[in-house]
Amino acid sequence: MITTLFRFKGGVKPASHKDESAQVQITQAPLPSRLVVPLRQSAGGTPLPLVSTGRRVLKGERIGAPEGNFSSAIHAPTSGRVVAVELRMLPHPSGLSSLCVEIETDGEERWIDLAPVNYEAETPDTLRNILRDAGVVGLGGATFPSHLKLKPGASGCIETLIINGAECEPWITCDDRLMRERADEIARGIAILRHIVSAGRVLIGIEDNKPQAIAALRAAMAQAEGVDVVPVPTRYPAGGERQLIRVLTGIEIPYGRYGTDFGVQCFNVATASSVHRAIDLGQPLISRIVTLAGNVERPGNVETLIGTPIDALLKLAAPRADTDRTIMGGPMMGFTLPRTDLPVTKATNCILAASPALFPLQGDEMPCIRCGACTLVCPAELQPHELYWFSRAKNFGKAQEYGIFDCIECGCCAYVCPSNIRLVDYYRFAKSSMRTLEREKTAADAARERYEFRTARDEREKTEKAARLAAKTAAGRQAAEGAGAVKAAVAPAATAFAEEKPLAALDERKKALIAAAMQRVQSQMAGVQPKNIDNLTPEKQAEIREIEARRVKVRELAKTPPDEPV
Amino acid sequence: MLTALLVMAGIAVVLGGMLGFASIRFKVKGDPLVDKIDAILPQTQCGQCSYAGCKPYAQAIAKGEAEINQCPPGGEEGIRKLADLLGKEFKPLSAEHGVEKPKQVAVINENACIGCTLCTQACPVDAIVGAAKQMHTIVTPLCTGCELCVPPCPVDCITMVVVAETVETWKWRYPVIRLKEQKEEQKGKQKGEQTA
Repeated sequence: MITTLFRFKGGVKPASHKDESAQVQITQAPLPSRLVVPLRQSAGGTPLPLVSTGRRVLKGERIGAPEGNFSSAIHAPTSGRVVAVELRMLPHPSGLSSLCVEIETDGEERWIDLAPVNYEAETPDTLRNILRDAGVVGLGGATFPSHLKLKPGASGCIETLIINGAECEPWITCDDRLMRERADEIARGIAILRHIVSAGRVLIGIEDNKPQAIAALRAAMAQAEGVDVVPVPTRYPAGGERQLIRVLTGIEIPYGRYGTDFGVQCFNVATASSVHRAIDLGQPLISRIVTLAGNVERPGNVETLIGTPIDALLKLAAPRADTDRTIMGGPMMGFTLPRTDLPVTKATNCILAASPALFPLQGDEMPCIRCGACTLVCPAELQPHELYWFSRAKNFGKAQEYGIFDCIECGCCAYVCPSNIRLVDYYRFAKSSMRTLEREKTAADAARERYEFRTARDEREKTEKAARLAAKTAAGRQAAEGAGAVKAAVAPAATAFAEEKPLAALDERKKALIAAAMQRVQSQMAGVQPKNIDNLTPEKQAEIREIEARRVKVRELAKTPPDEPV
Repeated sequence: MLTALLVMAGIAVVLGGMLGFASIRFKVKGDPLVDKIDAILPQTQCGQCSYAGCKPYAQAIAKGEAEINQCPPGGEEGIRKLADLLGKEFKPLSAEHGVEKPKQVAVINENACIGCTLCTQACPVDAIVGAAKQMHTIVTPLCTGCELCVPPCPVDCITMVVVAETVETWKWRYPVIRLKEQKEEQKGKQKGEQTA
């Protein structure tokens, strides 16, 4: 048993609002008539489409191939027909489009041939590849491909596996319900994860406001050795990966390093459940549990196929009339959707109907009074007000110096700010601007290198050509001198004459060659007889003769010196 | 008096010798200023500044032969950075050298390409692949958008395409602060609607 818990600095305690949706069992969302499956659903790039319009697909058939090892596969969530492979808007704060596969469902839900695997008989590498091909990504919201997280880091092994069931964000209860209802699935998933990384101990961190979930997982884990279900104090953002690792193990991961470097790795409970499905059942990740809450009549959790339109899903919860916008994710880290006809992705953990009464728009932004409230709550131990000044002034170098890339964008600082400053928006702007600048700089450096290489190559080719030419002329001169030397040996008294002689002879020979060539051409011309004048009328033949005579005359005239008048 | 003079002269000779030695021993190779200027320039190698590339332009600026406002791809931001570095006044981009454009890349219409290799010879960064009488194509990630391949093409099959923003390259916008007046105006409007 773990006896002492560590704590992270800062954090806030917003009203949890979890009871509304945590009381109801998970229901199955009805099958929509069309599913739009975005190909870009993990943090590791856009997979290539494997299907084209008109193709029939089965439930679980792969429709997006992982591009390289950093990416994760995409599968058809149900059986049906592909009606479009085109750019569609993504549920992303940018509102930009990316390649999506639209499937017209046939309602039959016919699976592909599933190939379950006995994980105990397989090597970790094989299991990692199965997870990549099954499209398993972190379901906590960051959608980082799980197979990459299962590789041992610099420390060589992962001793402690941390399972994240904290679910610290208000309103969201999808992990809570999953732990209560499917604790055995999670337990099997944990066993597989443990087998892959050969971890000695497993710590399951759950916020102490979910006693039923803690009890359910304790019951499911009673048989397993070296597994602790640890209630952690309820404080946002206890479910942040680095924060949870810190609370459970006391390890503070510095910037630029990963948990694996310190022998810890963290997985979400829903990820563990999808690992179980991918390995034990052979089912790829095609659905997830989504919390529907906020300004709705019937809040709850639904198991939803990836690609289901969000507005269709939200109707199940019956949003109230004064709903004015829809938020994807929780109120702290989520974002307002630009439209509601967008598909559910692997990152969609919660859909909140927002009304002005329930989620009042923040008041007008006022000047920073440097009260330091943000510094007290920052879980990354940064100085948010300094970062705010630097980001606002676009002083990116200084912002980086103050550790802006350690910011986890949890929103605690903006939550406590008495001046209503949207601090996180400034950090996001600064971070993405810096990434863009970095990208541009790398491109510019590459261009400079290529340009310098090309210039150097041109220069080298020029000198090489000059050297070749010089060598050739030198060789010619040497040959000439050689010939001269022979003659000189014959007539040693007349060296000067002997040197001139071959040149003169060369001229003579050239002249003769030219003359011979000209003669050859003339004889050829004389020998040529036009072949198309045999079957002509006498008039035409007379005309031709006349033209020929004129040509002869012109040639004669051309031979006379030009200064004589013609 | 004489000793004082001798001492001072001696010190001067020693210090002079040390300075002379240091100037030879610690001589900086190349011009660091040119490298600093070159680092600010966008490296499109387009020649719009009327120099053969970014490095020659940087050298010209360092010598004081060229103005800082001759680089259209660097744009206003580039000019500001150069002005900061060199302690000069900011000047708007000179119109005779071109206008600032969004980032573009060249695209070859491969059906029309006759394989003349003129564009591969014009490309300053070797971003075009192809051989004589073989189809050419642009390696998009390497293209700097300098437009130098466009004029030599005898069949006009190269077009410049503006690079669209994708989900991967998208960046958050600078936060917009809502003004109070605007909000009050809206409230006023709503009230008006309600009474109507």
